[in-house]
Amino acid sequence: MQTLIENLVNAGTFGKNASVVAAIVIFVLSAVVFLGVAFPFAGIVSWVERRVWARIQSRVGPNRVGPNGFLQWLADGVKHVCKEDIIPDDSDPTLFKTAPYLVVLAFVLPWAVMPFSSSLILADLNVGILYMTSVTALTVVGVLMAGWASNDKWSLIGGIRSAAQIVSYEIPAGLSIFPVVLMTGTLSMQGIIRAQGWAPQHWFLFANPFTFIAANILYISALAEGNRTPFDLPEAESELVAGFATEYSGMRYLFFFMAEWGNLFIIGAIITTLFLGGWQCPHITKNVVLMNVLQLIVFNVKVLALVFLSMWIRATLPRVRIDQLMLLCWKYFVPISFVDMIGTAVWVAIWPDGNAFMGYIMLAGAIVVAVLFIQRVIFYLRRSRMEMYFNPTI
Amino acid sequence: MLAQIIFYALAALTVGSSALVAFSRNIVHSTFALLGAFMGVVGIYILLAADFVAMVQLLVYVGGILVLTLFAVMLTAGIADVTVSNRAVGSGSALVTVGVAISVMLYAVVRTPWHQGTVVVPSQTTYGIGNAFLGEYVLPFEVASLVLLAALIGAIVISRHEVRE
Repeated sequence: MQTLIENLVNAGTFGKNASVVAAIVIFVLSAVVFLGVAFPFAGIVSWVERRVWARIQSRVGPNRVGPNGFLQWLADGVKHVCKEDIIPDDSDPTLFKTAPYLVVLAFVLPWAVMPFSSSLILADLNVGILYMTSVTALTVVGVLMAGWASNDKWSLIGGIRSAAQIVSYEIPAGLSIFPVVLMTGTLSMQGIIRAQGWAPQHWFLFANPFTFIAANILYISALAEGNRTPFDLPEAESELVAGFATEYSGMRYLFFFMAEWGNLFIIGAIITTLFLGGWQCPHITKNVVLMNVLQLIVFNVKVLALVFLSMWIRATLPRVRIDQLMLLCWKYFVPISFVDMIGTAVWVAIWPDGNAFMGYIMLAGAIVVAVLFIQRVIFYLRRSRMEMYFNPTI
Repeated sequence: MLAQIIFYALAALTVGSSALVAFSRNIVHSTFALLGAFMGVVGIYILLAADFVAMVQLLVYVGGILVLTLFAVMLTAGIADVTVSNRAVGSGSALVTVGVAISVMLYAVVRTPWHQGTVVVPSQTTYGIGNAFLGEYVLPFEVASLVLLAALIGAIVISRHEVRE
C-alpha cells in the first residue's frame, strides 16, 4: 500500500504538495478500512455466530430480518443506538464514558498491520507482530476502567478477572510467537508470510513439532485473551450478570461486544499470518491485481475458517472455573511454551533451512486426524435431524 | 514542521497526563492518567524512529506495569475512600525536592554540548538491538536477566510463605 502511494507520488501526479496528498490518501484509506471492514465485520459475525450456535443446538436462530436474517446485525445496531444511555448516579462519569472507547481503540489499532494480500496492507511495520500483540494490551486498561467506574461489585469482579486473565495468557501467547520469529528472523507481518509457501507442508504449522504445539497454544491463549467461551469468566452470565459491562446500556454496551466479535478476526489473522501461510497462493497469473484479489480471498478463507472454529468451540465447551483457567496457563502453557522456544532454537540450529521431510510427515498425520474427525462428525450428523443440517436456509 | 507539531502535541499529552497523575485528588484517576503519559512517550519513541522500543514500552508499561499498579490501587483496603489516600503532604519539603530536581536537570541541559546528528533512519531497528544485546552488551544484558530471575524467585517465595502457614 505504502509503496503504491509512493510510486504515485514519485510519478509527479500531484505536483508540489505530494507529501500532503500522500498523507491524506493514507488517512482516507485507513478510515475506509476501519469503518468499512472492521465494524461491519463485527456486526455480521454477531449474526453468523448466533446462527451457528442455533444450528449446533438444533434451533433455528435469527432468520426474520432480511434474507435468512442477514440484516439482524443492523437492526440490533439501530436498536442499541435508540436506547437510553444510562450513566449510574454513583459511577465515576468520566471514566465510565471513556472505557468503551479504549476497548474499541484496542480493537481498531491492529487493523493497521493486517496483511490482506501482498500489497494490500496499510503499514507493513518493521515490528508488525509485536505491534499487534502490544496494542491489544489497551483492552485490559479499558476493561479495568469499566469495572471500576461502574461502582458495582459484579463489574469490579468482572474487570479484575478479565485483567488477571489477559495478563496471564499474554505470556504463553507472546512465547508462542517466538518460534516463528526465530525461524524467520523478522517481526514484520509480510516478512513472516513471505518466509512460508502456499502449500501446507511449507506452512510454519507443519515446520516442526514445536511450532505445531505453539500454534495450538497461541490459538487457545488468544481465545482466552479475547474473553471467549470456554474462558469467558469476566462476563459469566450465570455468576456475574454481565461482568464489567453490567452497568452499561445502549451503544456503550454494544461497543464492548463489537470489540469482542471483531477480535475474532484479529485472532484468526494472527494465527493465519504466523502459522497458516497468510495470503500465500500459487502464482497462476502474472496480473498483479488479479493476484492480489486471489491472495485476499485465500487470506480471508483461512481467517474465517478459524473464526468459525472459535464459534464451534464456544457452542461446544462449558465454561472453565477460574482456578482451572490459571492452572492451565501457568502449569501447562507457560512451561510448554518455553520448551517450544528452546526446541525450535535447537531445530533451527540443526536444520537452518528447515526439514522438508518433517513437513510431509506432519501434514500426513494432520490429514489422517482431520479425516477421522470428519468421519466422526458425519456419523453424529447422520444420527441427528437431517433436514435441519442439510438445509442451511431454514 | 509537521514533525514539530506532532512532537509538541505528544509532549503536551505526556506532561498534561503527568500533571493529572500528580495533582488529581482521586488516586484511581491518577493511575488511569498514567496511560496518557505512557502513550505520549510511545508516540515520541515512534517519532524518533525507535519503533521496537516504542512497542516494548507499550507492552511492558501499559500491558504490565499500569495493570499491576491498577491492581495494587484497586485491591487496597479502603479504596472507596479515594480522597483520603491522596492528601497533600508537607508543601515545604515538596518545594525543596522539586527545586533541587529542576536545578539539577536545568544544569544538565545547559551544560550538555548538544549537536545535531546526521539523520539516518535504520530500516531494520531490531537487528541492531539484537546484535548489541548479544554482542557488545551481553554482560549487562545477562546481569539484568539475573536480577529479574531473582525478583521472580523472591515473588514465589513471598507468596508461598502464606500458604505454608
